[in-house]
Amino acid sequence: MRSVLYLLTALAVMGLAFWAYRENYRTQAAISEMSDIQRQIGHLREDLGVLRAEWAYLNRPERLRQLVDLNFERLKLVPFGSDQFVDVGQVAFPAPGMAGPARGADGADDHMPVRRPAGFPPRRPQESTP
Amino acid sequence: MIRTPLRPLARILRARETGENPDAIEAENRAQRHAAIQERARGSARTRLFFMSCAFALAFGTVGAKMGVLAASQPSEPRVQTSGAQIISQRADITDRHGRVLATNLLTHSLYAHPHQMVEPERAARELARIFPDLNLDRMLKDFTGKRTFVWIKKKISPEQMQAVHDIGEPGLLFGPREMRLYPNGHIAAHILGGATFGKEDVASAEVVGVAGVEKAFDQWLRDPANDGAPLTLSLDLTVQAAMEEVLGNGMKVMNAKGATGILMEVGTGEIVAMASLPDFDPNDRPRPLLAGDPSDSPLFNRAVQGQYELGSTFKIFPVAQALDLKLVSPTTMINTKTPMKIGKYLINDFHNYGAQLSVTDIIAKSSNVGTVRIAQLLGPERQKEFLQRLGLFEPTTVEMSEAPTGKPLVPRRWPAVTSATVAFGHGLAASPLHLAAAYATVANDGRRVRPTLVHGRPARAGEQVLSPAAAHTAMQLLRQVVTRGTARQANVEGYEIAGKTGTADKPRPSGGYYKDKVVATFASAFPASDPQYVLVLTLDEPSTGLAGGGESRTAGMTAAPVAGEMIRRIAPLLGLRPATESQLPVVERPLPDRLKLVSN
Repeated sequence: MRSVLYLLTALAVMGLAFWAYRENYRTQAAISEMSDIQRQIGHLREDLGVLRAEWAYLNRPERLRQLVDLNFERLKLVPFGSDQFVDVGQVAFPAPGMAGPARGADGADDHMPVRRPAGFPPRRPQESTP
Repeated sequence: MIRTPLRPLARILRARETGENPDAIEAENRAQRHAAIQERARGSARTRLFFMSCAFALAFGTVGAKMGVLAASQPSEPRVQTSGAQIISQRADITDRHGRVLATNLLTHSLYAHPHQMVEPERAARELARIFPDLNLDRMLKDFTGKRTFVWIKKKISPEQMQAVHDIGEPGLLFGPREMRLYPNGHIAAHILGGATFGKEDVASAEVVGVAGVEKAFDQWLRDPANDGAPLTLSLDLTVQAAMEEVLGNGMKVMNAKGATGILMEVGTGEIVAMASLPDFDPNDRPRPLLAGDPSDSPLFNRAVQGQYELGSTFKIFPVAQALDLKLVSPTTMINTKTPMKIGKYLINDFHNYGAQLSVTDIIAKSSNVGTVRIAQLLGPERQKEFLQRLGLFEPTTVEMSEAPTGKPLVPRRWPAVTSATVAFGHGLAASPLHLAAAYATVANDGRRVRPTLVHGRPARAGEQVLSPAAAHTAMQLLRQVVTRGTARQANVEGYEIAGKTGTADKPRPSGGYYKDKVVATFASAFPASDPQYVLVLTLDEPSTGLAGGGESRTAGMTAAPVAGEMIRRIAPLLGLRPATESQLPVVERPLPDRLKLVSN
C-alpha cells in the first residue's frame, strides 16, 4: 500500500514538473510575442505620425490654393462669401419641368444629372430636401 | 511536575537533630524556586526576541534584496502589461483649435563618421560631396584622413539621401535616429510658432528645444511626458490664419507697405484666432537673427507683439469713452475744435479745419485732434493715465509667446499737459498692435478687461470692469459712425456692421523728431457693432497709395481701412458669422405633387 502511495506521489511530482516546464516555455513565448507586438505597435505609431505629418503637409493651405487655381475650369471654387449663408427653406426647388420626368416609373437610371467616375454605381434620384 | 515543598519535613527534622537552622533550608528552596522561574522567563523572552529578530531580518532583508536587484539589474520596459497611449515622440504636437496640425515631429536620421573604421576615406568623401553638394570636399578629406575619430556630417538627412549613403558601402559612415520638428504649413503662423532647434546632441538621440514663439514659451510643457502625448491646442484657426496672411500680403503689395500686421481676437475670451506679421519666414528653415542694424528689418521680427508703434488716432476712442463713462460729455455735446490749438509752446493741428465746434460723435467720426485734446483736458492727466493703465497699455501683454515681454510699451515717464494732449490722439505712447487689440476688445466686451491668449479653451476668470457697459456700448456706436460716414468708409462691409477707427501716425526718426513722409497706418475695429464678437487690428508700415486725381495718400482711411474691409469680407464667413440682412430672404415653399398652391385668406 505504502509503495503504491510513493509511486503515485513520484508520478504526480513528475507530472507537475512537466507541466511547470511547459508553462515556463509557453510564458516565455507569450512574452516574446508580446514584445514583438509592442515593437510593431511602436513602428505603426511612428508610421502614423509620418502619415499625419504628410497629410498636414499635403493639405497645407498654400497647396490647396494652388490646386484650386489649377482646377478652376472644372471646380469653379471661389473663396467662401457672406452671400452663401442661406437657410434650407430658402433654397429653390428644381423647376418641375426638369425634375418631373426624371422621377419616372423605372427609377430613371438613364437620367444622371452628375457624371460619376467609372466603377461607381449610377446615382439614384433621391429626395433632396425634407 | 512534583513541586518541592519549601520546608520538607525530613530535612527539617534532620536539621533540627543536627542543630542547624531549618530556615536556611527554606531560604535555599525558595532561592531554587525563584531561579527556576527566572530561567523560564528568560527562556520565553529569548524565544520572543529570536522571532522578533527573524521578522526584522526578513523585512529588512526583503527591502535590501529588492534594492540590490534594482541596482544591479538592467532597466527594462514592462513587456507583459499592455500600455495605452504610449509616448513615441519626445515633444508634443501643436494643433490649431480644430485639431489641424501646426507642428509635429518626423523621424529622420543624422549622419556621422568614424574615420578610423573607414576603408576608403577619399572615395567616401568624394561620394558624400556628390550626394550633399553643400558639403566642403577638402574639409571632409582632411577630417577623414586625419586623426579625428568622430565627425558629424549632417544633422538631418532624408530617406533618399540615407539610401544613397548606404549605397556608398563605407562601414565608417553611421546613422543615428533624429526626431525633427516639422511645420507642415510652411510660412503660415511662423511668428507664433517660432521654431525649434537641437539642444544637447548625442549619436542615439538629440533634444529638440524651442527657440521662439510658443515653442519656447511652452518648451517645458511640450516636453513633459506627464501630458501623455496630448497636443498643445492653440486658439488659432488655420483657415482664418491662411486667409489673413493672403489678404495681408496682397494689401501690403497694393499699398506699397514695408510691413504689415493683422490681429484677429475673440472679444469674449481674448483668444487670438489669427495673428500675422509680414514679412515672415519659414520656421522649418529659420533665418539667422540680424546682428547689425534695425531688428525690425528682419523677417524674424514680430510686428504684432514686439513692434512698438505710436498708433495714432485709434487711441482717440479711449479718452472719449472715459469721458462718456464719467458723464462729462454725451455723444451730442459740442466741443470747441478751433485749430490750431496752443498748449504751452506747442501747436496742435487738425488734418483739415473742422470749423469752430463739433459734436463728440463728429470728433470721432472725422478724427479731430483738437476736439480729442479738449476732451482729454476735461479728464485731466491723472484720470487719463489711470484709465490707460487699466486698459493694459502700460505693461507687456500676457500672451504666451517668448517675445511678449519684449513688447513693453514705451510710456512717457512724466505726464505734463502736452504729453496728456498728444497721448489723447495716440502720439507719445508707443504700444504694440496686440495692446491695441486687447484695449479695443475691452471696449467691445462691455468694458470688461480682456487679456490676449493663444491657448484654446483655457478657463479664465472674467476681467475687471474698466468701463461701464453703457459707456462701452456708446463708444461702439461712435466707432460704427466712423465706418458709416467718417474716415473709414472704405472699410465698410455690407452685413457685418463694422465699427472701427483709423489711425495715421508719423514715424519717429531714430535721431528724434518725426519723418514727413513715413507713417504707420492702423485700422482697429470690432464687428458686428450690435454684438461685438471679434476685434481686428490691421497695421501697415509705411504705406502709400496713388489717388485717382494724381498724387498719393498715406492716411489710414485710404490704406489700412480698405485692406481691413477686404479682410473682414473674406474672414467673417469663415468664422461662421452670418451677415445681418435688412430684408428677409423669401422662403420657398415645397411644391405639392399635384402642383396646387394652398392659399389662406
